Amino acid sequence: MAAVTTSTERSLNRLAIVGVLIVTMIFLAPIYWIASTAFKPRNLSTTIPPTVVFTPEVSPFVKLFTKRSQLRTPPTPEEYAAAPWWERMVFDGGEKVVRDGKGNVQWSGYPSRFMNSLIVAIVSTILAVGMGTLTAYGFSRFKVKGEGDLLFFILSTRMLPPVVVAIPMFLMYRAVGLNDTHLGLIILYTAFNLSFSVWLMKGFMDEIPKEYEEAALVDGYTRMQAFFKVVLPEAATGIAATAVFCFITAWNEYAFALIMTNRRAQTAPPFIPSQVGSGLPDWTVIAAGTLLFLLPVAIFTFLLRNHLLRGVTFGAIRK
Amino acid sequence: MAHIELRNITKTFGGHTALKKLNLEIEDGQFFVLLGETGAGKTTTLRLIAGLEKPTSGQILIDGVDVGDWGAAERDVALVLQQYSLYPRYTVRENLEFPLKSKIRRVPDDEIKERVGRAAKTLRIEHLLERKTDRLSGGEMQRVSIGRAIVRKPRVFLMDEPLSALDAKLRESLRTELKDLQRRLGATFLFVTHDQIEAMSMGDRVGVLNHGHLVQTGTPKEIYDNPRDTFVASFVGSPPMNLIKGSLVGGRAVISAKTFELPYEGLATSGADNRPLTFGIRPEDVVLESGAPVAAKVHDVENHGVEKIVTLRIDDTMLRATVPASTDVEIEQDVRFAWNPRKVALFDRNSGVSLRHAG
Repeated sequence: MAAVTTSTERSLNRLAIVGVLIVTMIFLAPIYWIASTAFKPRNLSTTIPPTVVFTPEVSPFVKLFTKRSQLRTPPTPEEYAAAPWWERMVFDGGEKVVRDGKGNVQWSGYPSRFMNSLIVAIVSTILAVGMGTLTAYGFSRFKVKGEGDLLFFILSTRMLPPVVVAIPMFLMYRAVGLNDTHLGLIILYTAFNLSFSVWLMKGFMDEIPKEYEEAALVDGYTRMQAFFKVVLPEAATGIAATAVFCFITAWNEYAFALIMTNRRAQTAPPFIPSQVGSGLPDWTVIAAGTLLFLLPVAIFTFLLRNHLLRGVTFGAIRK
Repeated sequence: MAHIELRNITKTFGGHTALKKLNLEIEDGQFFVLLGETGAGKTTTLRLIAGLEKPTSGQILIDGVDVGDWGAAERDVALVLQQYSLYPRYTVRENLEFPLKSKIRRVPDDEIKERVGRAAKTLRIEHLLERKTDRLSGGEMQRVSIGRAIVRKPRVFLMDEPLSALDAKLRESLRTELKDLQRRLGATFLFVTHDQIEAMSMGDRVGVLNHGHLVQTGTPKEIYDNPRDTFVASFVGSPPMNLIKGSLVGGRAVISAKTFELPYEGLATSGADNRPLTFGIRPEDVVLESGAPVAAKVHDVENHGVEKIVTLRIDDTMLRATVPASTDVEIEQDVRFAWNPRKVALFDRNSGVSLRHAG
């Protein structure tokens, strides 16, 4: 079909490609901004116009992972020479790395917040997708009394911006001791994602012919075995797509994490901007933290990309 | 192998009655065909026997045991569907092994291998064993489906229109194969179809379903020669039986006075005189001859190779006749015809029931 293309078609094609490139660049600009800032020396981070050409350095990452304090007096040449390469970068910035009594380097709060984010996002995604898949299977395969009403009720939990209930939620969480706990955030994010997960998975379940399970039932398998052996592999695409969306929501959530957590269970989103607070804001450190924060979602999405391509185009599942 | 009996089965879905007081008996080793239109309740019957649905009322007995409370897995039946019965992510071999790997069966590995090999050989799919099922043709898929049924040695084979999705040529050859397979296995088959040719050519016995009622059961010959009502008469046979309104006056079939009267020599039918009737006559029992009693015009001619199907027009009445292909007929030609007076079936016009069955 494509064998015959006129010259107008060809130039139209070229025009389209140029258009796509421009739009892509607009979309990628913020990511470029963050990425470049994360490698800039501090004094170049806020120049106007922005500095485009600079010698990249990793000092923002060193600062991101270490606890630092202001230098009152500059380090002596001996101190400077004895310090490892990364500590010198901190000295260069007019700060010093905080050490405990035995001389061990103190970590900043970032690694633990990052871990918190991972724990909360992964566990809540597994819960939301797992429960959503089972619920969707039930709605899809069995006659449920008041099915329409129940599904509407499940959907209705999305009709309100979640922040509206933040204050009562906070009071309730404090009353039962769930604030600043992993479990608290996991419950919250699972609840946010569950309705979405049920609806999305129901669409996928409806697409799987029930004949597959029935064949397994007749072949001597229980409903449960049939579900795991036959339905679940067929639903893998849908599960992957749902998981990516749930993970992104849980990973990026800011408002509730800010309200409900402050230390032990704090996730990365409220932590990163809190670095702005002390002294003059060091935008390079914030950019470094943000850049690392973007990676898990990017990796997760990349790993599941084959499933996603089929998953987000509904009805395109091979019957 | 098993004997199956359905007693007074009724099945409703919400307000819709799919089956009404159905009684059915399938003998051990029999090839039973359930024939009916879409929505007649054939698939429902099959699913009830398989245990995928529960009857609203009535009993299902397999080998004399009421299996009402048994799940699908315990009934030990095999199901072959029109499509979707193969697991798409598995190879042919994995599909064939699947029923044997069920925990309730516990078949040892070497026996699984042996049984899969034998089934593959029987169905001539040995070369496909390592192939993924999405790379099979329709006929190959159905062979594998049947294979998945026979590896298990089930008590009953239930087949839900297994040939309907195939093209005509393949359907014909698989029809023969399936019948042959059933004879070799000596197994009980319940075969559901809307295709009367499949029913006639394969069934030891045929049951005709209409709107959830089992209208007639019998051998294909009984059903063809002696349909119980006008529904069966028009459903079985291609082209179907001619059904024309008329009445019986002094031993003659009168369709319209003077112009269309033919003799009737069927069974003595007391009380058939002067009541509204429907006459049924198979196209092959209508003969074209010069000197025959009724005049007609040729309305249409269909050439089928060995024979021609001629549609005759007598005033407003249409009548089909099967004639040898060598017969020269043209559209709008004037012809004369008669029928075989012993082969005429009489149906009550109101109820549609054959007088022979009602009497």
